[in-house]
Amino acid sequence: MIEGASWRRWVFFYIPLTAFIVALLFPFYWMLVTTVRPDGELYRPWNAPNYTPFWTMHPTLEHIKDLLTETLFGTWMFNTMVISIAATAISLFCGLLAGYALSRLKFPFAGSLGTMIFITYLVPQTLLFIPLADIIRNFRLGDSPWALILTYPTFLIPFCTWLMMGYFKSIPKELEECARIDGATRWRAMVYIIFPIAVPGILSAGIFAFTLSWNEFIYALVFLSSPDQKTVPVGVTSELVRGDVFYWGELMAGALLGSIPVAFVYSFFVEHYVASLTGSVKG
Amino acid sequence: MAQVIIRSLNKRFDEVHAVKDVNLDIRDKEFVVLVGPSGCGKTTTLRMVAGLESITSGRILIDDRVINNLPPMDRDIAMVFQNYALYPHMSVYDNMAFGLRMRKFDRDDIARRVQEAAEILGIHELLRRKPRQLSGGQRQRVALGRAIVRHPQVFLFDEPLSNLDANCASRCAWSSKNSTTGSARPQSMSRTTRSRR
Repeated sequence: MIEGASWRRWVFFYIPLTAFIVALLFPFYWMLVTTVRPDGELYRPWNAPNYTPFWTMHPTLEHIKDLLTETLFGTWMFNTMVISIAATAISLFCGLLAGYALSRLKFPFAGSLGTMIFITYLVPQTLLFIPLADIIRNFRLGDSPWALILTYPTFLIPFCTWLMMGYFKSIPKELEECARIDGATRWRAMVYIIFPIAVPGILSAGIFAFTLSWNEFIYALVFLSSPDQKTVPVGVTSELVRGDVFYWGELMAGALLGSIPVAFVYSFFVEHYVASLTGSVKG
Repeated sequence: MAQVIIRSLNKRFDEVHAVKDVNLDIRDKEFVVLVGPSGCGKTTTLRMVAGLESITSGRILIDDRVINNLPPMDRDIAMVFQNYALYPHMSVYDNMAFGLRMRKFDRDDIARRVQEAAEILGIHELLRRKPRQLSGGQRQRVALGRAIVRHPQVFLFDEPLSNLDANCASRCAWSSKNSTTGSARPQSMSRTTRSRR
């Protein structure tokens, strides 16, 4: 806390904090206000006398109703949930095993392999989607959830592996050695001792993987075409922007409702997430 | 007979010759303390006996059986680490029962052994607690109990008293020696320390 005169606290803490919070939360507030603002106010010119951009006196749920009844938003949410959960599960499974092997097992080129895995994460998706599109076409996976379930791990697994490597390195190796002396095989020591201790790291990697999958746009745009196969980010932008007409109310309603699952996941696991990023396991 | 014989034991870590030509005979029920300054190879020797480090050259025999290539779980050895290495997510009971469960002991047998060891060490009231709820001395006794319940042939202690204050260390040193000598099974004990206590 800032010590000294009251003005110092205001200048160096309260005002900057307020500015930061306003800047951070304003887009969500704008999204909420636009969702409940009627069309008459949404398309009102800025120089109109009754222009009130930051609030509305006549909130309405019409945009949410139109989004849910006039579009396939429910289907898009279901598709996004299935794809995100499946891709997260695959990536976590591979990332856990790879992270454990690279951090605990001594084998030739372990360090180089870990570096190479991390480097693959740095290749941009806007570059990778071209060869991946060819592979998806060859395997006839286009316009199906499997196109995303199998391509998302290309960037999720390196990230999960890297995160889990760092977390496993913070777990004392004596715990595993003790388990092996106690009679556990390496696999059992990993499952019964290391993984339960690494739950905060696993949750953290899972939350990140889920969020990245949920918000992913370019692969979903390229690999999915039918309206009933689309995910929320692609469906909302492609179906609610027609030519140069933006259905802002429905767009914001889609963005608001589409961000609820991620906010829900974060709110339940934020303590573990922060702990895994800032703390370390003490034996 | 739980006799431990070490012959011409050597360990190299790249250019560092950590353990040089160690020869040692530990008789059944003998209590041996390896005393030496930091970095002289005590822990490395202990870890090679436990199977946690590979052996560069030499042999280790337990009851006339060469154990060089045996995995740790097959050597019938129990080890207490310097920082106790208690499993933080398990209760004291589960910590002590873990080794027996891995070896597929009967549930009643596990309960009996854990209770016996807990009574000997005076930790029967702590069985439901987690390691973070214990003091240093209590953790040391739980680590000891985890070793005792298995009735192994050989006990290994790697600086088990270094994290305790003098009074506690003296009590624990006494209890560790006496709690294991009551066993009917052939056993040997080896302990490393930098101090003379």
